[in-house]
Amino acid sequence: MSLMRPFEYVGAKFLGMLDEAGELLLLFLQTILWLFRPPFRLRVLFKQMEFVGVGSINVTILTGAFTGGVFALQSFHGFSLFGAESLVGSTVALALTRELGPVLTSLMVTGRAGSAMAAELGTMRVTEQVDALYVMAVSPVQYLVVPRIIAAVLMLPVLTIIADFVGIVGSYVVGVGLLGINHGIFISKIMEYLEFSDISMGMTKAAFFGLILSMVGCYKGFYTTGGAEGVGRATTQAVVLASVLILASDYVLTAIMF
Amino acid sequence: MSDTGNIIELRDIYKSFGSQQVLKGINLAIPRGETTVIIGRSGGGKSVMLKHMIGLIKPDQGQVLVEGDDIVTMGDHRLNQVRRRFGMLFQDAALFDSMNVLDNVAFPLREHTRLPEQEIKDKVAEKLAMVGLTGVEKKMPGELSGGMRKRVGLARAITLEPEIILYDEPTTGLDPPLSAAINRLISETQERLGVTSVVISHDIEGAYEVGHNIAMLYLGKIIAQGAPSAIRDSSDEVVQQFIHGWAEGPIEVI
Repeated sequence: MSLMRPFEYVGAKFLGMLDEAGELLLLFLQTILWLFRPPFRLRVLFKQMEFVGVGSINVTILTGAFTGGVFALQSFHGFSLFGAESLVGSTVALALTRELGPVLTSLMVTGRAGSAMAAELGTMRVTEQVDALYVMAVSPVQYLVVPRIIAAVLMLPVLTIIADFVGIVGSYVVGVGLLGINHGIFISKIMEYLEFSDISMGMTKAAFFGLILSMVGCYKGFYTTGGAEGVGRATTQAVVLASVLILASDYVLTAIMF
Repeated sequence: MSDTGNIIELRDIYKSFGSQQVLKGINLAIPRGETTVIIGRSGGGKSVMLKHMIGLIKPDQGQVLVEGDDIVTMGDHRLNQVRRRFGMLFQDAALFDSMNVLDNVAFPLREHTRLPEQEIKDKVAEKLAMVGLTGVEKKMPGELSGGMRKRVGLARAITLEPEIILYDEPTTGLDPPLSAAINRLISETQERLGVTSVVISHDIEGAYEVGHNIAMLYLGKIIAQGAPSAIRDSSDEVVQQFIHGWAEGPIEVI
């Protein structure tokens, strides 16, 4: 029998994953249904938008600035080998708007807000606050999940724009200020190569990532069991799963869009 | 409409969690306008049974009738209509800890009525006074003691003037004077509002005090039900062991 163990293990893991994917999908479908049913809770939505969006501005600015700066430093190093230093600005701008802006912003917001969603909903679950909503004839999906999903989907593109802009400023400071690239060339090459579609597609990706991180955070929180330990587990799993899904879906979205 | 005088009926309820069978054929009727106390061992499925009555948990098998309608097979919309006739006090009150006391107690009013804000505030103050609290509206749940949280939880449960109030272990974890105060509150609420109450407890003295009926849950079944005096004089050895708190007897104590 022990010969079958590895297969049993793999099989059980696989079934567990299918289970989870199914539950996540069901919660997503419920969320879609409740999206269009009144009452629309604007106050709760604004609170979440403030938390996910406004609250993440600092971390977004820091991430963007340093990413842009270090990218300029690294690409300058490479480009100077064949005398193409003038392309540093446009390279950084393209990489940021298409890829690094949305992905890094989403990962930072996952750590900040996705984890908080899992922890908050998880605590509400284990302290029966979710049950209290059911008892008072209020749908927890509509009251707790829907505003968080909308907030993340709306705010991630906005944060991404901020990260893109700050990142390009960061690369300008490093490239023009520290490494001595000509100001005019730096800007004109960005203008030449960066297109609006690069920015808008990056923002579209960010909206998808916002959906992923909020959906996973809410799902893990909503189905928490096992007290304080369970809340901790849900939070960790939410961050890991959302991060992996963001990186994996990034490949798929990029392949489809560009 | 049921004409039996029972507002809630559990019929042949079975429920398992994983491999553990918690309820094994529960049959129980809750008479209208009275207080029924369900006693039984800790972790014996009392809360699970209570949560069946309001559709928080669905049975694997069996019917839950509220006014004769089976809530197990009901759609969400109708279930929510039934739920609005209920109030429930959770074990740790389950207050929303992101809201202050006013917003907590006002929550059902804001959700289900269109009263002006001033009227909501008046109603909240009135319900809080009913449970013996004044001037706590601005406090957060975290700042309240366990007894106060339960009082606020009860105030929230009665804001929409329900016909049925479910109490999940209202006195567990409270000191004796506080337990007595909560028990008195349950009796007063029942008398003043004329509601049907279902109380989960393992506090046998409290059960005699507040209950018009007592039912005992043991090993997933209701093994005895009747007036407090009938339970006290029951010939069942399990019941006798439980109400007297003996360590020796048919109940296996690990």
